[in-house]
Amino acid sequence: MINKQPFIIKRILAVSFFMLILLLVAAFLGLSMGSAGIGFNELWQSLSGKTGSNSMLPAIIWHIRFPRVVLAALVGATLSLGGLVFQALLRNPLAEPYILGISGGSAVGAIIGILLGMSRFPGVSLSAFAGSIATLILILLVSSGQTILKKDSLLLSGVMVNAFCSAVIIFLLSITRDSKLHNIIFWLMGDLSITGAKTVIALAATLFPFFIIIFWLSNSMNLLITGKELAKTSGINIKAITIALLVITSLLVSATVSHCGLIGFVGLVIPHLLRLVFGPDHRILVPACILGGGAYMIFCDLLARVLPAQGEMPSGVITAMIGAPLFIFLLKRTKQ
Amino acid sequence: MNTAVNVKNIVHSYGNNPVLKKISFSVTRGNFFIIIGPNGSGKTTLMRIISGILKPDEGELDILGRPIHKYSRKSMARIIAFVPQLEVVDFPFTVYEIVLMGRSPHQGMLGLEKKCDLEFIGQAMEFTGVEHLARRRLDQLSGGERQRVFIARAISQEPQIILLDEPTASLDLRHQVRVMDLMERLKKEKGITVIMVSHDVNLAAMYCDELLLLKEGQVLSLGPPNEVLTFQAIENAYECTVLVDKNPLGDFPRVTLVPEKYIKI
Repeated sequence: MINKQPFIIKRILAVSFFMLILLLVAAFLGLSMGSAGIGFNELWQSLSGKTGSNSMLPAIIWHIRFPRVVLAALVGATLSLGGLVFQALLRNPLAEPYILGISGGSAVGAIIGILLGMSRFPGVSLSAFAGSIATLILILLVSSGQTILKKDSLLLSGVMVNAFCSAVIIFLLSITRDSKLHNIIFWLMGDLSITGAKTVIALAATLFPFFIIIFWLSNSMNLLITGKELAKTSGINIKAITIALLVITSLLVSATVSHCGLIGFVGLVIPHLLRLVFGPDHRILVPACILGGGAYMIFCDLLARVLPAQGEMPSGVITAMIGAPLFIFLLKRTKQ
Repeated sequence: MNTAVNVKNIVHSYGNNPVLKKISFSVTRGNFFIIIGPNGSGKTTLMRIISGILKPDEGELDILGRPIHKYSRKSMARIIAFVPQLEVVDFPFTVYEIVLMGRSPHQGMLGLEKKCDLEFIGQAMEFTGVEHLARRRLDQLSGGERQRVFIARAISQEPQIILLDEPTASLDLRHQVRVMDLMERLKKEKGITVIMVSHDVNLAAMYCDELLLLKEGQVLSLGPPNEVLTFQAIENAYECTVLVDKNPLGDFPRVTLVPEKYIKI
């Protein structure tokens, strides 16, 4: 018999457990390190319920670092998941979550929200979501009917929409002449600094059900990437699943974009890296992307906080500086 | 209940371009049925309609005596399996994983496999001779091997009807015969109805029970190969000169293309 491969459920649990450990390690580091000092002991004490030290560090850990670490984990998870889903839908392992222009659209929506003086949550989140849904509808109209499912038409219209959105962003930036400009630019580069614990928990509660839905659809994604005709004759409603995945992913992407701007390459690098290690099965990759993407983003954000001598840099800078060379390396590898 | 597929007055067009013009025929259960015809005659469209991938503009289609729209997607997938033309899969699935996907119509949403699924796919891989490739990645295989992997996947779907779209198109001679022999065994040993689109009239004549010759979206003729593959019919359909004689292997025709330089008037 050929039953050498362990059952899928065991593999899902084993990989998820391993990635969970990574995430916890990253979170521990993220909570204990920062510009206010390194506090492994304080973190350990407050985790184990002991209070006695009267330094400021526990307060900093729980009021400033904790929301930030959770936000980083959520952002990393959604971006990686978005990348994974787009790669499956476009049947191209090198596709990028931003490729459809959905993040560009939500960025336009978010900037309009910021210019109108809305609050980050829910104001800017909603305007970002409106922007991403508008681009999604635009893309679906451009590549309407049967051709929705053709990967090239989806890709091409995405490139067009993305170029258009970039132009709109630059346009909006050039007509802005006040203090909001610095704010927008910092946000555009990917910034995780402005959040409170309540917002982060609300965000987590919003995103979590969608993670579950995507995991529920993960086997359909497996069938989808082996060919759409084959998927259809295996009993999959590909049109419904494609649209569901597109809407959910644009929702996830706009939720994170409105909080932390455009953070690039996470959605490209993490799914690709995990696929190299664990294989192409989406039932394994969906939980692995959620946990591993979160760990990666916490780590990048930690570097962004710790590396600069003064202040901090946007974490989007770190993800791009690690991600872009890694991507070029992967691209060269896959071409061979 | 002796018909596997019954097609009645099917009409389909892409935009303003009619592809199928009122096609009717039926396929007997347990038969090896091959659809031939020149490029653009509507073969592939017809195949896509029978497999449920495409909905026809007009007409009726019964599968095992029931209209196709009465089946759910999943129950349809338990009756009809489809083997597409060789597709490029850019994701590094192993042969084992691809064949296991054939079980998905019998599984839940997440496709978690049970012991019996493994038995089915083991048999299917043995049947098509790919069990030694189980751990190999799909993109490391030759065209013929890949074709047999997708046939194994179709078999593990436990279908009553298998549809194949030009399965021998880009294969070398050895693999062509191997695929056709497999289909013959599938029909004989498992009683599966095999419906195939083919470009190779000679291979078709050697294996099929019934042949459907299409031209410009209409049925030109239908019947056993001896009746369909006359030189008049082939010359009419393909608009080229051919020589038809008896195949030395048995009681079926052999078609030879006649190059221009041998045509004497």
